[in-house]
Amino acid sequence: MIKDYFIIPWKEIRRRKLRSWLTLIGVFIGIAAIVSLITLGQGLQNAIEGQFESLGKDKLFITPKGGSFAGLGSSVKLTSDDIDVIRATQGVKLVTGMGYTSGRYEFNDVVRYNYVMGISTDSEERALTGESQSWKLAKGRMIQKGDNFKIVLGWSYTQTDLFDKKLDLGDKILLNDHKFEIVGFLEKIGSPPDDASGIIPIDSFGTIYDKEDDFGYVIAQTDKGEDPSKIGAEINKELRKQRDVKEGEEDFDIQTPEQLLSSFGDILNIVQIVLIGIAAISLLVGGVGIMNTMYTSVLQRTKEIGVMKAIGARNENILLLILVESGFYGLGGGLVGVTIGIIIAKLVELAFTYAVGPAFLTITINPVLILGTLLFSFLAGVLSGLAPAYRASKLNPVDSLRYE
Amino acid sequence: MTKPKKVLIELKDVWKTYHLGETTLDVLKGISLEIYKGEFVAILGPSGSGKSTLMNQVGVLDTPSKGTINLEGHDISKLSESELAALRGKKIGFVFQQFNLIPTLTALENVILPTIFQNMPEEKRVARGKKLLATFGLADRHDHKPSELSGGQQQRVAIARALINDPDIILADEPTGNLDSKSGQAVMKMLTDLHEKEGKTIILVTHDVNLVNYSGRTIYIHDGEVQKVKTHDSV
Repeated sequence: MIKDYFIIPWKEIRRRKLRSWLTLIGVFIGIAAIVSLITLGQGLQNAIEGQFESLGKDKLFITPKGGSFAGLGSSVKLTSDDIDVIRATQGVKLVTGMGYTSGRYEFNDVVRYNYVMGISTDSEERALTGESQSWKLAKGRMIQKGDNFKIVLGWSYTQTDLFDKKLDLGDKILLNDHKFEIVGFLEKIGSPPDDASGIIPIDSFGTIYDKEDDFGYVIAQTDKGEDPSKIGAEINKELRKQRDVKEGEEDFDIQTPEQLLSSFGDILNIVQIVLIGIAAISLLVGGVGIMNTMYTSVLQRTKEIGVMKAIGARNENILLLILVESGFYGLGGGLVGVTIGIIIAKLVELAFTYAVGPAFLTITINPVLILGTLLFSFLAGVLSGLAPAYRASKLNPVDSLRYE
Repeated sequence: MTKPKKVLIELKDVWKTYHLGETTLDVLKGISLEIYKGEFVAILGPSGSGKSTLMNQVGVLDTPSKGTINLEGHDISKLSESELAALRGKKIGFVFQQFNLIPTLTALENVILPTIFQNMPEEKRVARGKKLLATFGLADRHDHKPSELSGGQQQRVAIARALINDPDIILADEPTGNLDSKSGQAVMKMLTDLHEKEGKTIILVTHDVNLVNYSGRTIYIHDGEVQKVKTHDSV
């Protein structure tokens, strides 16, 4: 029986095609924005989680307060004494210290500023660093024991973008006015800053930055089976003793991958909420558009409604007819919006794959999201039509029949 | 010996008053009349006589300002708007001067529209609708929209619509007003057939004196009052 109440609204919507489309536009723009934002956000979250998965959960990252970016003149630093303390902590398997800052690269009379990372040349520690950074060699070799002023460069250096000339193994590049020999190139990571970074031995790092025994970044790997958060608390205790600082006043940070992941997740959530909030406002405007269309529609069909009442339609019947019609507008906008939203998300995914690298961002089409959105749009349409529907149901048959 | 006539609709001292700002306008002034089952009655009056207003009362489209109206024993003043609508849908079939078909629906959909509000099962309503259209020579037009039908055809669809719920009463308001004389005659013949062959009660509201000949009784309205009632033939 409810099916009977679909025919009249459906035909009415088709009768006024232009008006119907204009009404839908108001709705589907908001829906498309919301669907694409949620889908992309989820895809991004998955991508980051994937990265952290490969990172492994058994690593802790210790940095001096103020970040790992060892700015010149920063007084807070982690030293080899701190590293020794961390290494000695129960449950810690391996520790390595790194430096990480920006450097001045010069080649072929062109100067570029990019990141530099100083790493330990000990093979075990180097492996730990490589694991945590997801490095893969494309050509040559990694920094090894005995290296001095040797450098491994990111993938961007094999292209002409940076210095108008492709660099190769054996070439010499100036870093902070020191000559470094290129011994290896990394595979493309997919993030432009990382692909333009350079890796040098920690000793060379100390020399060119005049910072002996100053580590901006320490990675600690926990023993198998240990709970990283628990070990992290232990390290915190030992370091506080070593550095003579009170609890709550630490001048260093210890983070587990989960913490990094969740803080990233928090940022992503906030950004998403703001963007979706804006899209929701546009949806509200779309709802007002439906309301406006329905008022006009009811007005134009005053006589028809009068006829229907004359032939036996009750107020509730008229109310239902109008609500179904406005619900259809909402649903129609939802359908178009979901389709466009998914297309937009797919296009963004393609753009990322093309510009940055495959599998960086993959989106999955969530059926719950789609069904939920369609249901929501239908209900939003019904809600928008309540006032006009009520008015229609209250029309006096005699006056309506006389309406021209 | 005439059979005792059953009263279908009874108006007792019905007044309809409109308030326009400061002034009040009495369109119906204490009208009392009866409509009997199975009769063909005409309500005749010039424009401005109040006959349309009277039609609205008789067809329970509207309620009186004063007085009572009984439809088959139901005191309509005690009914809610929705109950009135349901009663109308069951008991009275309307035929309007301007046909008043829903333009987006086909002929068949228009005919079966009243059944949707009475919850008639779908198979039953479609079968009845098609049968009625066939009876009126419109079997091959049932999927046509009103814009694709002539005036005479549209009025026939409207009459079929009026009959779909098998009401006792057909209330026709100037049914031939928008038709040429040939189509008009055809419509009047249909109403006569409905009266004589199916025993329907026909109430014809008109200003056209000639149409009065079709009826068995005429109620003359002037200035919101019943002027006289004339019976044409013994039933």
